[in-house]
Amino acid sequence: MLLRHTPKEIIERSALTINPAKTCQPIGAMYAALGVHRCLPHSHGSQGCCAYHRSALTRHYADPIMASTSSFTEGASVFGGQANLLESINNVFALYDPEIIAVNTTCLSEVIGDDITQILNKAAAENKIPHGKSVMYASTPSFKGSHVTGYENMLSAIVQNFAKSSGKRHNKITILPSFVEPSDMSEIKYIAEELGAAYIMYPDTSDVVNGPLDGKFRMYPKGGTPKALIEESGDSEYAIALGQTGTLSAAKLLDSKFKVKTKIIDLPIGISATDAFVDTLRKIAGVSVPEQLVRERGQLVDVLCDKNQYIYGKKVSLSGDPDILIGLTQFCKDAGMKILHVLSGTPSGGKFVKRIKEIAGGDVIVKEGAQADLFYFHQLIKNDKPDLILGNTYCKYIARDMDIPLIRTGFPIYDRVGHSYFPITGYRGGLHLLIKMLDAFMDRQDRDAPEEQFELVM
Amino acid sequence: MAKLQTLPSAEKFKADILESYPPKVAKKRAKQIIVNKVEQENVPVIQANTRTIPGIITMRGCAYAGCKGVVLGPTRDILQITHGPIGCGFYSWLTRRNQTRPETLEDTNFMTYAMSTDLQEEEIIFGGEKKLKAAIDEAVALFHPRAIGIFSTCPVGLIGDDVHAVARAMEEKYPDINIFGFSCEGYKGVSQSAGHHVANNKVFTDVVGLDDTPKKGEFRINILGEYNIGGDAFEIERIIDSCGITLHSTFSGNSTYQEFITAHTADLNVVMCHRSINYLAGMMETKYGIPWFKVNFVGAEATSKSLRKIAGYFKDDELMNRAEEVIAKEMADVVKVRDDVRSRCEGKTAVLYVGGSRAHHYQELLQEIGVKTLSAGYEFGHRDDYEGRKVMPTISIDADSRNIEELTVEPDAGKYKERIGRDEMAKREAEGFSFNDYAGMMPEMEDESLIIDDCNHYELEELLDTYHPDLVCAGIKEKYVVQKRGIPMKQLHSYDYMGPFAGYIGAINFYREIDRLLNSNAFKFAKAPWDDSPEISATYGYNG
Repeated sequence: MLLRHTPKEIIERSALTINPAKTCQPIGAMYAALGVHRCLPHSHGSQGCCAYHRSALTRHYADPIMASTSSFTEGASVFGGQANLLESINNVFALYDPEIIAVNTTCLSEVIGDDITQILNKAAAENKIPHGKSVMYASTPSFKGSHVTGYENMLSAIVQNFAKSSGKRHNKITILPSFVEPSDMSEIKYIAEELGAAYIMYPDTSDVVNGPLDGKFRMYPKGGTPKALIEESGDSEYAIALGQTGTLSAAKLLDSKFKVKTKIIDLPIGISATDAFVDTLRKIAGVSVPEQLVRERGQLVDVLCDKNQYIYGKKVSLSGDPDILIGLTQFCKDAGMKILHVLSGTPSGGKFVKRIKEIAGGDVIVKEGAQADLFYFHQLIKNDKPDLILGNTYCKYIARDMDIPLIRTGFPIYDRVGHSYFPITGYRGGLHLLIKMLDAFMDRQDRDAPEEQFELVM
Repeated sequence: MAKLQTLPSAEKFKADILESYPPKVAKKRAKQIIVNKVEQENVPVIQANTRTIPGIITMRGCAYAGCKGVVLGPTRDILQITHGPIGCGFYSWLTRRNQTRPETLEDTNFMTYAMSTDLQEEEIIFGGEKKLKAAIDEAVALFHPRAIGIFSTCPVGLIGDDVHAVARAMEEKYPDINIFGFSCEGYKGVSQSAGHHVANNKVFTDVVGLDDTPKKGEFRINILGEYNIGGDAFEIERIIDSCGITLHSTFSGNSTYQEFITAHTADLNVVMCHRSINYLAGMMETKYGIPWFKVNFVGAEATSKSLRKIAGYFKDDELMNRAEEVIAKEMADVVKVRDDVRSRCEGKTAVLYVGGSRAHHYQELLQEIGVKTLSAGYEFGHRDDYEGRKVMPTISIDADSRNIEELTVEPDAGKYKERIGRDEMAKREAEGFSFNDYAGMMPEMEDESLIIDDCNHYELEELLDTYHPDLVCAGIKEKYVVQKRGIPMKQLHSYDYMGPFAGYIGAINFYREIDRLLNSNAFKFAKAPWDDSPEISATYGYNG
């Protein structure tokens, strides 16, 4: 009875968010910046923001998350954060030697109106930025959007600051992934490599936040996209952005500023969306799909058909981030499940709602934005109980209250490992996710079966 | 394992660190990195509770975290609304793992609910008070709480929202509900510590003392600064209960509003975490006449010592005898595990950078199994936590501290009641019984050990390179930095999702946990067999 005060009856709220299904922009910006090689994220605001973001990402990845902060005091909040940022730049280059400092703003520095461009110009004029090193920033006010917006804004700022045009196109396809796990970023690269398509992908947090334990701490792990590669993306003939909510502004910028032909498609989660990604990439790169990917796809379809009886018709409720939700909803639909509820705290507008309804059918309840919180999600579930919940760690309270299995997807996952190593994207990720779902349903059947119907072979 | 005396000189370590810093950083850090030297209970001066240097990767958090996250968070039936954009409320949602156990399944428990006004740009521009009022209306309609706390985040102070005025207005609308606001914006002060103080002040002025109905029982004490992480407060309660001491209120672990409003009727306050709650202890003594002293239930010996002191305070023979019986019985179990674990951990070394009291408390527990502390420091401690309360009159108040209100407290005309009388207190003090006491961490540490206030990432790395401790104790942000090196790391905020570590059962749990960390095979795999000879000098194979 840990959520004992949640009534079944739903009263619409307009002011109070209870158990949010989102968090704030800067954490997404910090995560995106970690996907650039030798980049140190820097939080321009109170040190508490940076502490919270590092803590949350550390709990999620169980890996070091390095970032610095301007450590505002009340004085800085009144007189402006220029002195703090200039001093930060000085100290960060002196002590931590990054190639890039990626500044994200916070609600504090946004409200007081710090002009970061002017401060960075001053830093450059005062020779505080060593030769060949960069300081860039993204505006990430916490009172707009969500962590996904912050990711999008930092990604867009990376394009803005580093992508260049030499006037000569090359055949590397730029891939911009939305806010997904390092395992998913690896899987997306793997697909491109298997296809033999030349590519540049950023951000890329694989080998940054899922590093090995080998007796050494590396302030800048081997992963992350090198700045030199990001620069080249302005010369790409084509770009593919995966997941609109997390990549839209970056994709638009590549298109408008560098005339890179940019397609925005869904994150490759499940069969249909992975097919679409492979097909898009194959056509742009002018390559045929190799045996390995065909085999992986076939294996996923094999399991889906063989064990379809355990998943077909099962009811599912999903909460999380829009881009991942579109993929998961499609996957659940492809598997023959009935989608009851889809909820995201990230404001994603009518387009998202329309898209989910197209995929899941008209009966699905979709809610997004500020009052789309887990309190409301729980109430929906109390009114129409699913067989499975897909969502982050906080959904475990609902799962326990309602006795429904939960498969952890999205952010944050504080209480299980695996998400940073095993993807949910691509065919292999699809098989991984499908097996998790089957395990959940089969475990439940085993637990609840009458003695005479307790099956050995399933 | 290297013995302390054979380790590199602390002075040299300090000099090397300072040399690598930019001059301005070096100047400041020179006063915060101190080589310990105890002379007749006097220790060197350390600079603490001063600004974090911008750009430095610090372990510290903010005032909001100290107020909402630490002090108020663990109380299950005060409905807590974070006023601000969504992040702060999100990150402080259940992450400190303060356990709570309502008496029945129907009793109020808001701990699993994170509530926020989730301010949007429009409210940042036009003000958020209207939304806050609407949020309180919605919260009242849904949850019918007895008390509501409102917690300010950074932008709230800057846009000029008056949470206290909103609290007063809403209290008029809902006269049965106690509604109070906290000005705990993240930029206040220099660390979590400012938030502790803000929380203490408001709980003191708006909550404690509202209901004069005492809890039943003999020898009624409040435990201040015990947050029931991993069930510590449950274990302490089990022990004092078996002695016949009544736990009146805990500030604040497994705590309730009712316990807070009646806390002033208790016989005695004992303080666990000096840093976060000594203000409340002092103010309750002045206003209500409740004496206080420091205790420590971290460590088996420390637990026994604290029990004896509490029993000694009440000067009741039966109570003192019972306490001795409990100590003897519990220690029999403790000693067996302790000696066994000690046989495998003796001579190992540790460093601790955490909290405002934990870096001190846990040294005792480690010592019991023979693990020596080479270096320690607090994230957000003040000089009195290092050097002892006797230095408090000499602490200079800077601009950041001045921003936190220091309440002027007078004895309450109706509710002030001397517990044992001033003369008796003076007499006991003359006999060596100390009140209002905290000797601090440094007097109990060895000479030459390094005391590092607000230790940062760079210093931690240098320290690991120089001293190669067997164990590091700090928080989540440091956890994997240390473990990637193959050094086990124990989180002393969250206990790595274990516990309790307080009291006797807690001591046993902790010994076993340190035994696991220091002696488990897992870390031995950090090195692969080929790491020692990566170059292949000869080749043999199937194909000749």
